[in-house]
Amino acid sequence: MSPTFILIIAVVVIVLFVWTTYNSLATGKVRIKEALSGIDVQLKRRVDLVPNLIETVKGYSKHEKELLENVTKARASLMHATGTSEKAKSDDMLSNALKSLIAISESYPDLKASKNFLGLQEELSDIEAKIAYARQFYNSNVSNYNETLANFPGSAIGNMFGYRSEEFFEAKSSEREPVKVKF
Amino acid sequence: MNIYSQISANKTKTWLIVILFVLFITTIIFVYGKASGYGLSYAGFGLIISGIIGFASYYYSDKMILGMSKAKQIAKKDNPTLFRIVENLCIGAGIPMPKIYIIDDSAPNAFATGRDPKHSVVCVTTGILEKLDKAELEGVIAHELSHVQNYDIRLMSIVVILVGLVALLADFFMRSLWYGGHRDRNDRGGNAQGIFLLIGIALAILSPIIATLIQLAVSRKREFLADASGALLTRYPEGLASALEKISKDKEPLEVANNATAHLYIANPFKDKISGNWFANLFNTHPPIAERIRILRSM
Repeated sequence: MSPTFILIIAVVVIVLFVWTTYNSLATGKVRIKEALSGIDVQLKRRVDLVPNLIETVKGYSKHEKELLENVTKARASLMHATGTSEKAKSDDMLSNALKSLIAISESYPDLKASKNFLGLQEELSDIEAKIAYARQFYNSNVSNYNETLANFPGSAIGNMFGYRSEEFFEAKSSEREPVKVKF
Repeated sequence: MNIYSQISANKTKTWLIVILFVLFITTIIFVYGKASGYGLSYAGFGLIISGIIGFASYYYSDKMILGMSKAKQIAKKDNPTLFRIVENLCIGAGIPMPKIYIIDDSAPNAFATGRDPKHSVVCVTTGILEKLDKAELEGVIAHELSHVQNYDIRLMSIVVILVGLVALLADFFMRSLWYGGHRDRNDRGGNAQGIFLLIGIALAILSPIIATLIQLAVSRKREFLADASGALLTRYPEGLASALEKISKDKEPLEVANNATAHLYIANPFKDKISGNWFANLFNTHPPIAERIRILRSM
Protein backbone atom coordinates (compact mmCIF):
# COMPACT_ATOMS: atom_id res chain seq x y z
CA MET A 1 0.00 0.00 0.00
CA SER A 2 1.27 3.38 -0.90
CA PRO A 3 1.55 6.10 1.78
CA THR A 4 -0.94 8.31 -0.08
CA PHE A 5 -3.52 5.58 0.11
CA ILE A 6 -3.03 5.18 3.87
CA LEU A 7 -3.24 8.95 4.28
CA ILE A 8 -6.53 9.07 2.37
CA ILE A 9 -8.01 6.32 4.54
CA ALA A 10 -6.86 8.09 7.71
CA VAL A 11 -8.47 11.35 6.55
CA VAL A 12 -11.73 9.58 5.67
CA VAL A 13 -11.86 7.88 9.08
CA ILE A 14 -11.25 11.14 10.91
CA VAL A 15 -13.88 12.98 8.87
CA LEU A 16 -16.43 10.24 9.55
CA PHE A 17 -15.61 10.37 13.24
CA VAL A 18 -16.02 14.13 13.47
CA TRP A 19 -19.17 13.94 11.39
CA THR A 20 -20.94 11.35 13.60
CA THR A 21 -19.96 13.10 16.83
CA TYR A 22 -21.12 16.42 15.46
CA ASN A 23 -24.40 14.80 14.43
CA SER A 24 -25.02 13.31 17.84
CA LEU A 25 -24.44 16.69 19.46
CA ALA A 26 -26.75 18.44 17.01
CA THR A 27 -29.46 15.78 17.49
CA GLY A 28 -29.07 16.07 21.25
CA LYS A 29 -29.58 19.81 21.05
CA VAL A 30 -32.73 19.42 18.93
CA ARG A 31 -34.12 16.82 21.35
CA ILE A 32 -33.52 19.17 24.28
CA LYS A 33 -35.36 21.93 22.48
CA GLU A 34 -38.30 19.64 21.76
CA ALA A 35 -38.39 18.45 25.34
CA LEU A 36 -38.36 22.03 26.58
CA SER A 37 -41.34 22.90 24.41
CA GLY A 38 -43.04 19.86 25.94
CA ILE A 39 -42.61 21.48 29.35
CA ASP A 40 -43.81 24.82 27.97
CA VAL A 41 -47.07 23.28 26.76
CA GLN A 42 -47.88 22.09 30.28
CA LEU A 43 -46.71 25.35 31.92
CA LYS A 44 -49.01 27.25 29.61
CA ARG A 45 -51.93 25.00 30.56
CA ARG A 46 -51.29 25.84 34.19
CA VAL A 47 -50.97 29.56 33.47
CA ASP A 48 -54.31 29.45 31.63
CA LEU A 49 -56.00 27.64 34.46
CA VAL A 50 -55.02 30.12 37.17
CA PRO A 51 -57.50 32.98 36.37
CA ASN A 52 -60.35 30.49 36.44
CA LEU A 53 -59.21 29.15 39.78
CA ILE A 54 -58.84 32.63 41.23
CA GLU A 55 -62.36 33.56 40.16
CA THR A 56 -63.77 30.45 41.79
CA VAL A 57 -61.93 30.99 45.07
CA LYS A 58 -62.92 34.69 45.13
CA GLY A 59 -66.58 33.73 44.98
CA TYR A 60 -66.37 31.83 48.23
CA SER A 61 -63.72 33.59 50.31
CA LYS A 62 -63.47 37.29 51.05
CA HIS A 63 -60.36 37.52 53.22
CA GLU A 64 -57.64 35.84 51.17
CA LYS A 65 -56.45 38.83 49.21
CA GLU A 66 -52.78 38.30 49.91
CA LEU A 67 -52.83 34.68 48.84
CA LEU A 68 -54.59 35.50 45.59
CA GLU A 69 -52.12 38.29 44.91
CA ASN A 70 -49.23 35.90 45.42
CA VAL A 71 -50.69 33.52 42.87
CA THR A 72 -51.27 36.31 40.35
CA LYS A 73 -47.73 37.57 40.83
CA ALA A 74 -46.21 34.13 40.42
CA ARG A 75 -48.31 33.57 37.32
CA ALA A 76 -47.15 36.84 35.77
CA SER A 77 -43.52 36.07 36.48
CA LEU A 78 -43.89 32.62 34.87
CA MET A 79 -45.52 34.17 31.81
CA HIS A 80 -42.61 36.51 31.27
CA ALA A 81 -39.85 34.09 32.23
CA THR A 82 -37.22 33.35 29.62
CA GLY A 83 -34.45 30.81 29.95
CA THR A 84 -34.60 27.44 31.63
CA SER A 85 -33.52 28.38 35.15
CA GLU A 86 -35.79 31.43 35.32
CA LYS A 87 -38.75 29.36 34.15
CA ALA A 88 -37.96 26.64 36.67
CA LYS A 89 -37.74 29.19 39.45
CA SER A 90 -41.02 30.96 38.71
CA ASP A 91 -42.75 27.64 38.12
CA ASP A 92 -41.63 26.62 41.58
CA MET A 93 -43.04 29.87 42.96
CA LEU A 94 -46.39 29.30 41.27
CA SER A 95 -46.53 25.70 42.54
CA ASN A 96 -46.06 26.83 46.11
CA ALA A 97 -48.57 29.69 45.80
CA LEU A 98 -51.16 27.32 44.32
CA LYS A 99 -50.54 24.79 47.06
CA SER A 100 -51.39 27.32 49.76
CA LEU A 101 -54.40 28.46 47.74
CA ILE A 102 -55.73 24.93 47.55
CA ALA A 103 -55.03 24.49 51.25
CA ILE A 104 -57.35 27.38 52.25
CA SER A 105 -60.31 25.45 50.90
CA GLU A 106 -60.12 23.52 54.17
CA SER A 107 -61.54 26.56 55.96
CA TYR A 108 -64.31 27.15 53.38
CA PRO A 109 -66.58 24.09 53.26
CA ASP A 110 -68.72 25.59 50.50
CA LEU A 111 -65.67 26.11 48.29
CA LYS A 112 -64.36 22.66 49.06
CA ALA A 113 -67.65 21.08 48.02
CA SER A 114 -68.10 23.17 44.89
CA LYS A 115 -68.09 21.09 41.74
CA ASN A 116 -66.23 23.74 39.83
CA PHE A 117 -63.45 23.86 42.39
CA LEU A 118 -63.14 20.09 42.51
CA GLY A 119 -62.84 19.94 38.74
CA LEU A 120 -60.16 22.63 38.71
CA GLN A 121 -58.29 20.89 41.49
CA GLU A 122 -58.28 17.65 39.57
CA GLU A 123 -57.07 19.34 36.41
CA LEU A 124 -54.38 21.13 38.36
CA SER A 125 -53.01 17.91 39.80
CA ASP A 126 -53.09 16.35 36.31
CA ILE A 127 -51.05 19.26 34.94
CA GLU A 128 -48.70 19.01 37.89
CA ALA A 129 -48.03 15.34 37.13
CA LYS A 130 -47.53 16.10 33.44
CA ILE A 131 -45.05 18.89 34.22
CA ALA A 132 -43.11 16.48 36.42
CA TYR A 133 -42.92 13.92 33.59
CA ALA A 134 -42.07 16.53 30.96
CA ARG A 135 -39.28 17.77 33.21
CA GLN A 136 -38.01 14.25 33.74
CA PHE A 137 -37.84 13.72 29.96
CA TYR A 138 -36.11 17.07 29.46
CA ASN A 139 -33.55 16.39 32.16
CA SER A 140 -32.69 12.93 30.84
CA ASN A 141 -32.09 14.47 27.40
CA VAL A 142 -29.90 17.17 28.91
CA SER A 143 -27.93 14.61 30.88
CA ASN A 144 -27.29 12.50 27.74
CA TYR A 145 -26.19 15.55 25.78
CA ASN A 146 -23.96 16.88 28.54
CA GLU A 147 -22.35 13.49 28.89
CA THR A 148 -21.45 13.39 25.19
CA LEU A 149 -20.09 16.89 25.49
CA ALA A 150 -18.01 16.13 28.57
CA ASN A 151 -16.18 13.10 27.13
CA PHE A 152 -13.73 12.87 24.27
CA PRO A 153 -14.29 13.23 21.30
CA GLY A 154 -17.47 15.18 22.06
CA SER A 155 -15.55 17.69 24.13
CA ALA A 156 -13.10 18.55 21.35
CA ILE A 157 -15.71 18.67 18.59
CA GLY A 158 -18.19 20.53 20.78
CA ASN A 159 -15.52 23.11 21.46
CA MET A 160 -14.75 23.43 17.78
CA PHE A 161 -18.38 24.13 16.85
CA GLY A 162 -19.30 26.16 19.91
CA TYR A 163 -21.56 23.67 21.72
CA ARG A 164 -22.09 24.46 25.41
CA SER A 165 -23.49 22.21 28.12
CA GLU A 166 -27.20 22.73 28.86
CA GLU A 167 -28.97 23.55 32.12
CA PHE A 168 -31.21 21.10 33.94
CA PHE A 169 -34.81 22.08 34.65
CA GLU A 170 -34.74 21.85 38.42
CA ALA A 171 -37.76 22.16 40.63
CA LYS A 172 -37.39 21.84 44.34
CA SER A 173 -41.05 21.65 45.22
CA SER A 174 -41.98 18.49 43.34
CA GLU A 175 -38.78 16.62 42.68
CA ARG A 176 -39.07 12.86 42.57
CA GLU A 177 -36.23 10.65 43.69
CA PRO A 178 -34.33 9.11 40.78
CA VAL A 179 -34.01 5.33 40.69
CA LYS A 180 -30.74 3.51 40.17
CA VAL A 181 -31.16 1.01 37.37
CA LYS A 182 -28.57 -1.46 36.20
CA PHE A 183 -28.89 -3.14 32.82
CA MET B 1 -26.87 -2.58 26.47
CA ASN B 2 -28.53 0.81 26.01
CA ILE B 3 -31.84 1.63 24.38
CA TYR B 4 -30.38 2.73 21.04
CA SER B 5 -28.49 -0.52 20.46
CA GLN B 6 -31.63 -2.38 21.54
CA ILE B 7 -33.69 -0.51 18.93
CA SER B 8 -31.30 -1.19 16.06
CA ALA B 9 -30.93 -4.85 17.11
CA ASN B 10 -34.71 -5.18 17.07
CA LYS B 11 -35.02 -3.65 13.61
CA THR B 12 -32.33 -5.97 12.22
CA LYS B 13 -33.94 -9.01 13.81
CA THR B 14 -37.32 -8.06 12.33
CA TRP B 15 -35.86 -8.04 8.81
CA LEU B 16 -34.06 -11.29 9.48
CA ILE B 17 -37.30 -12.96 10.54
CA VAL B 18 -39.18 -11.71 7.48
CA ILE B 19 -36.41 -12.84 5.09
CA LEU B 20 -36.12 -16.24 6.76
CA PHE B 21 -39.88 -16.65 6.54
CA VAL B 22 -39.90 -15.89 2.82
CA LEU B 23 -36.99 -18.28 2.19
CA PHE B 24 -38.57 -20.98 4.30
CA ILE B 25 -41.99 -20.87 2.63
CA THR B 26 -40.44 -20.65 -0.83
CA THR B 27 -38.29 -23.70 -0.10
CA ILE B 28 -41.23 -25.72 1.18
CA ILE B 29 -43.31 -24.88 -1.87
CA PHE B 30 -40.32 -25.56 -4.13
CA VAL B 31 -39.87 -29.02 -2.61
CA TYR B 32 -43.57 -29.70 -2.98
CA GLY B 33 -43.50 -28.44 -6.57
CA LYS B 34 -40.37 -30.44 -7.42
CA ALA B 35 -42.05 -33.61 -6.23
CA SER B 36 -45.09 -32.91 -8.38
CA GLY B 37 -42.88 -31.96 -11.30
CA TYR B 38 -43.35 -28.17 -11.49
CA GLY B 39 -40.23 -27.12 -9.53
CA LEU B 40 -39.36 -23.54 -10.40
CA SER B 41 -42.77 -22.11 -11.23
CA TYR B 42 -44.03 -23.27 -7.85
CA ALA B 43 -41.07 -21.64 -6.19
CA GLY B 44 -41.85 -18.33 -7.91
CA PHE B 45 -45.42 -18.65 -6.77
CA GLY B 46 -44.20 -19.34 -3.22
CA LEU B 47 -41.91 -16.33 -3.31
CA ILE B 48 -44.81 -14.04 -4.26
CA ILE B 49 -47.19 -15.49 -1.67
CA SER B 50 -44.71 -15.42 1.18
CA GLY B 51 -43.56 -11.95 0.14
CA ILE B 52 -47.13 -10.69 0.36
CA ILE B 53 -47.65 -12.36 3.73
CA GLY B 54 -44.41 -10.90 5.05
CA PHE B 55 -45.34 -7.43 3.83
CA ALA B 56 -48.87 -7.69 5.22
CA SER B 57 -47.63 -8.89 8.58
CA TYR B 58 -45.38 -5.81 8.81
CA TYR B 59 -48.36 -3.50 8.44
CA TYR B 60 -51.23 -5.52 9.84
CA SER B 61 -49.82 -7.83 12.51
CA ASP B 62 -51.09 -5.49 15.23
CA LYS B 63 -54.63 -5.55 13.85
CA MET B 64 -54.59 -9.34 13.48
CA ILE B 65 -53.35 -9.72 17.06
CA LEU B 66 -55.98 -7.34 18.42
CA GLY B 67 -58.63 -9.22 16.46
CA MET B 68 -57.38 -12.58 17.77
CA SER B 69 -57.48 -11.22 21.30
CA LYS B 70 -61.00 -9.76 20.89
CA ALA B 71 -59.75 -6.36 22.04
CA LYS B 72 -61.85 -3.19 21.66
CA GLN B 73 -60.58 0.36 21.34
CA ILE B 74 -61.70 2.86 23.97
CA ALA B 75 -61.81 6.66 24.03
CA LYS B 76 -60.69 9.03 26.78
CA LYS B 77 -64.18 9.45 28.20
CA ASP B 78 -64.52 5.69 28.77
CA ASN B 79 -61.66 5.63 31.26
CA PRO B 80 -60.07 9.05 31.98
CA THR B 81 -57.84 7.70 34.76
CA LEU B 82 -56.22 5.11 32.50
CA PHE B 83 -55.80 7.70 29.75
CA ARG B 84 -54.13 10.12 32.14
CA ILE B 85 -51.68 7.49 33.30
CA VAL B 86 -50.76 6.66 29.71
CA GLU B 87 -50.53 10.35 28.72
CA ASN B 88 -48.23 11.18 31.62
CA LEU B 89 -45.90 8.27 31.02
CA CYS B 90 -45.77 9.05 27.30
CA ILE B 91 -44.66 12.58 28.12
CA GLY B 92 -41.99 11.13 30.40
CA ALA B 93 -40.78 8.71 27.73
CA GLY B 94 -41.07 11.28 24.92
CA ILE B 95 -43.23 9.08 22.68
CA PRO B 96 -46.58 9.80 21.02
CA MET B 97 -49.79 8.67 22.70
CA PRO B 98 -50.67 5.07 21.69
CA LYS B 99 -54.19 3.83 21.04
CA ILE B 100 -55.74 2.07 23.99
CA TYR B 101 -57.59 -1.24 23.74
CA ILE B 102 -59.44 -3.25 26.35
CA ILE B 103 -59.96 -7.01 26.57
CA ASP B 104 -63.08 -7.90 28.49
CA ASP B 105 -61.64 -10.63 30.72
CA SER B 106 -61.20 -10.75 34.48
CA ALA B 107 -57.70 -12.30 34.24
CA PRO B 108 -55.20 -9.47 34.89
CA ASN B 109 -52.79 -9.04 31.97
CA ALA B 110 -51.56 -6.48 29.42
CA PHE B 111 -49.57 -6.26 26.19
CA ALA B 112 -48.41 -3.75 23.59
CA THR B 113 -48.30 -4.12 19.82
CA GLY B 114 -47.81 -2.04 16.66
CA ARG B 115 -44.98 -1.39 14.24
CA ASP B 116 -43.36 1.73 15.72
CA PRO B 117 -44.07 4.29 18.46
CA LYS B 118 -46.25 6.30 16.05
CA HIS B 119 -48.44 3.27 15.32
CA SER B 120 -48.66 1.57 18.65
CA VAL B 121 -51.35 0.06 20.81
CA VAL B 122 -51.42 -0.64 24.51
CA CYS B 123 -53.96 -3.28 25.48
CA VAL B 124 -55.10 -4.13 29.00
CA THR B 125 -57.71 -6.50 30.39
CA THR B 126 -60.63 -5.28 32.48
CA GLY B 127 -59.26 -7.57 35.20
CA ILE B 128 -56.02 -5.63 35.50
CA LEU B 129 -57.93 -2.35 35.77
CA GLU B 130 -60.03 -3.73 38.61
CA LYS B 131 -57.33 -5.49 40.56
CA LEU B 132 -54.42 -3.03 40.50
CA ASP B 133 -54.14 0.34 42.21
CA LYS B 134 -52.85 3.43 40.42
CA ALA B 135 -49.13 3.02 41.19
CA GLU B 136 -49.23 -0.62 40.12
CA LEU B 137 -51.07 0.19 36.90
CA GLU B 138 -48.50 2.91 36.22
CA GLY B 139 -45.76 0.31 36.57
CA VAL B 140 -47.46 -2.03 34.11
CA ILE B 141 -48.14 0.72 31.55
CA ALA B 142 -44.54 1.96 31.85
CA HIS B 143 -43.34 -1.59 31.13
CA GLU B 144 -45.54 -1.75 28.02
CA LEU B 145 -44.43 1.71 26.84
CA SER B 146 -40.81 0.57 27.15
CA HIS B 147 -41.65 -2.24 24.72
CA VAL B 148 -43.10 0.42 22.41
CA GLN B 149 -40.06 2.66 22.69
CA ASN B 150 -37.58 -0.19 22.15
CA TYR B 151 -39.35 -1.39 18.97
CA ASP B 152 -39.94 -4.69 20.76
CA ILE B 153 -43.53 -4.41 19.60
CA ARG B 154 -42.61 -4.57 15.90
CA LEU B 155 -40.45 -7.64 16.31
CA MET B 156 -42.78 -9.44 18.68
CA SER B 157 -45.88 -8.78 16.59
CA ILE B 158 -44.23 -10.06 13.41
CA VAL B 159 -43.00 -13.11 15.27
CA VAL B 160 -46.56 -13.82 16.35
CA ILE B 161 -47.81 -13.87 12.77
CA LEU B 162 -44.91 -15.31 10.77
CA VAL B 163 -43.37 -17.79 13.16
CA GLY B 164 -46.86 -18.66 14.33
CA LEU B 165 -47.80 -19.49 10.74
CA VAL B 166 -44.72 -21.65 10.23
CA ALA B 167 -45.40 -23.37 13.51
CA LEU B 168 -48.96 -24.07 12.47
CA LEU B 169 -47.68 -25.59 9.22
CA ALA B 170 -45.08 -27.64 11.04
CA ASP B 171 -47.68 -28.88 13.47
CA PHE B 172 -49.99 -29.83 10.60
CA PHE B 173 -47.34 -31.81 8.73
CA MET B 174 -46.06 -33.46 11.89
CA ARG B 175 -49.54 -34.65 12.72
CA SER B 176 -50.24 -35.92 9.23
CA LEU B 177 -46.91 -37.76 9.39
CA TRP B 178 -47.74 -39.26 12.74
CA TYR B 179 -51.26 -40.38 11.96
CA GLY B 180 -50.32 -41.29 8.39
CA GLY B 181 -47.95 -43.92 9.76
CA HIS B 182 -50.77 -45.84 11.38
CA ARG B 183 -52.91 -46.00 8.29
CA ASP B 184 -52.75 -48.41 5.48
CA ARG B 185 -50.38 -46.89 2.98
CA ASN B 186 -52.27 -48.21 -0.01
CA ASP B 187 -55.28 -46.07 0.87
CA ARG B 188 -53.75 -42.91 -0.47
CA GLY B 189 -51.65 -42.22 -3.51
CA GLY B 190 -48.08 -43.26 -2.71
CA ASN B 191 -46.71 -40.06 -4.26
CA ALA B 192 -48.58 -37.61 -2.06
CA GLN B 193 -47.66 -39.69 0.98
CA GLY B 194 -44.02 -39.44 0.00
CA ILE B 195 -44.16 -35.69 -0.29
CA PHE B 196 -45.84 -35.30 3.06
CA LEU B 197 -43.24 -37.57 4.55
CA LEU B 198 -40.47 -35.50 3.02
CA ILE B 199 -41.88 -32.19 4.22
CA GLY B 200 -42.63 -33.67 7.61
CA ILE B 201 -39.05 -34.84 8.03
CA ALA B 202 -37.72 -31.52 6.78
CA LEU B 203 -39.85 -29.66 9.31
CA ALA B 204 -38.87 -32.03 12.08
CA ILE B 205 -35.25 -31.20 11.33
CA LEU B 206 -36.09 -27.52 11.05
CA SER B 207 -38.08 -27.23 14.25
CA PRO B 208 -35.02 -26.77 16.48
CA ILE B 209 -34.07 -23.94 14.15
CA ILE B 210 -37.52 -22.41 14.53
CA ALA B 211 -37.17 -22.78 18.27
CA THR B 212 -33.83 -20.99 18.20
CA LEU B 213 -35.37 -18.23 16.14
CA ILE B 214 -38.08 -17.71 18.70
CA GLN B 215 -35.55 -17.69 21.49
CA LEU B 216 -33.58 -15.13 19.54
CA ALA B 217 -36.59 -12.92 19.09
CA VAL B 218 -38.30 -13.38 22.41
CA SER B 219 -35.36 -13.38 24.71
CA ARG B 220 -35.91 -13.21 28.43
CA LYS B 221 -33.59 -10.25 28.55
CA ARG B 222 -36.24 -8.22 26.74
CA GLU B 223 -38.64 -8.50 29.68
CA PHE B 224 -35.97 -7.61 32.22
CA LEU B 225 -34.96 -4.62 30.11
CA ALA B 226 -38.56 -3.41 29.82
CA ASP B 227 -38.97 -3.83 33.59
CA ALA B 228 -35.86 -1.73 34.17
CA SER B 229 -36.75 1.03 31.69
CA GLY B 230 -40.28 1.05 33.09
CA ALA B 231 -38.93 1.57 36.59
CA LEU B 232 -36.68 4.30 35.28
CA LEU B 233 -39.75 6.01 33.83
CA THR B 234 -42.04 5.83 36.87
CA ARG B 235 -39.18 6.24 39.35
CA TYR B 236 -41.03 3.71 41.46
CA PRO B 237 -39.97 0.06 40.89
CA GLU B 238 -42.19 -1.11 43.75
CA GLY B 239 -45.30 -0.30 41.67
CA LEU B 240 -44.45 -2.82 38.97
CA ALA B 241 -43.09 -5.31 41.52
CA SER B 242 -46.32 -5.40 43.48
CA ALA B 243 -48.35 -5.49 40.24
CA LEU B 244 -46.41 -8.56 39.11
CA GLU B 245 -46.98 -10.11 42.49
CA LYS B 246 -50.73 -9.62 42.21
CA ILE B 247 -50.79 -10.91 38.64
CA SER B 248 -48.83 -14.03 39.56
CA LYS B 249 -51.09 -14.76 42.54
CA ASP B 250 -54.15 -14.62 40.32
CA LYS B 251 -54.75 -18.14 39.04
CA GLU B 252 -57.24 -17.39 36.30
CA PRO B 253 -55.93 -18.02 32.76
CA LEU B 254 -56.64 -15.48 30.03
CA GLU B 255 -59.01 -17.12 27.57
CA VAL B 256 -58.21 -15.14 24.43
CA ALA B 257 -54.46 -15.80 24.63
CA ASN B 258 -53.08 -18.58 22.43
CA ASN B 259 -49.68 -20.15 21.87
CA ALA B 260 -48.67 -17.55 19.33
CA THR B 261 -49.69 -14.47 21.30
CA ALA B 262 -48.69 -15.71 24.77
CA HIS B 263 -45.22 -14.19 24.70
CA LEU B 264 -46.60 -10.70 24.07
CA TYR B 265 -48.20 -10.46 27.50
CA ILE B 266 -46.53 -8.97 30.56
CA ALA B 267 -46.96 -12.28 32.40
CA ASN B 268 -47.67 -15.80 31.16
CA PRO B 269 -51.41 -15.76 30.37
CA PHE B 270 -51.81 -19.55 30.71
CA LYS B 271 -50.84 -19.59 34.40
CA ASP B 272 -50.52 -23.24 35.45
CA LYS B 273 -52.55 -24.61 32.61
CA ILE B 274 -50.16 -26.41 30.23
CA SER B 275 -51.53 -26.89 26.75
CA GLY B 276 -50.63 -30.20 25.18
CA ASN B 277 -49.12 -28.73 22.02
CA TRP B 278 -45.44 -29.60 21.53
CA PHE B 279 -44.98 -26.11 20.28
CA ALA B 280 -46.40 -24.35 23.35
CA ASN B 281 -43.29 -24.71 25.45
CA LEU B 282 -41.15 -23.05 22.80
CA PHE B 283 -43.20 -19.90 23.17
CA ASN B 284 -43.23 -20.04 26.92
CA THR B 285 -40.29 -17.71 27.32
CA HIS B 286 -41.53 -15.68 30.25
CA PRO B 287 -38.82 -15.31 32.86
CA PRO B 288 -39.91 -16.40 36.34
CA ILE B 289 -41.94 -13.64 37.95
CA ALA B 290 -40.24 -14.16 41.31
CA GLU B 291 -36.92 -13.27 39.73
CA ARG B 292 -38.34 -10.15 38.07
CA ILE B 293 -39.82 -9.00 41.38
CA ARG B 294 -36.52 -9.64 43.16
CA ILE B 295 -34.61 -7.52 40.64
CA LEU B 296 -37.18 -4.70 40.81
CA ARG B 297 -37.05 -4.66 44.59
CA SER B 298 -33.25 -4.45 44.58
CA MET B 299 -33.24 -1.23 42.49
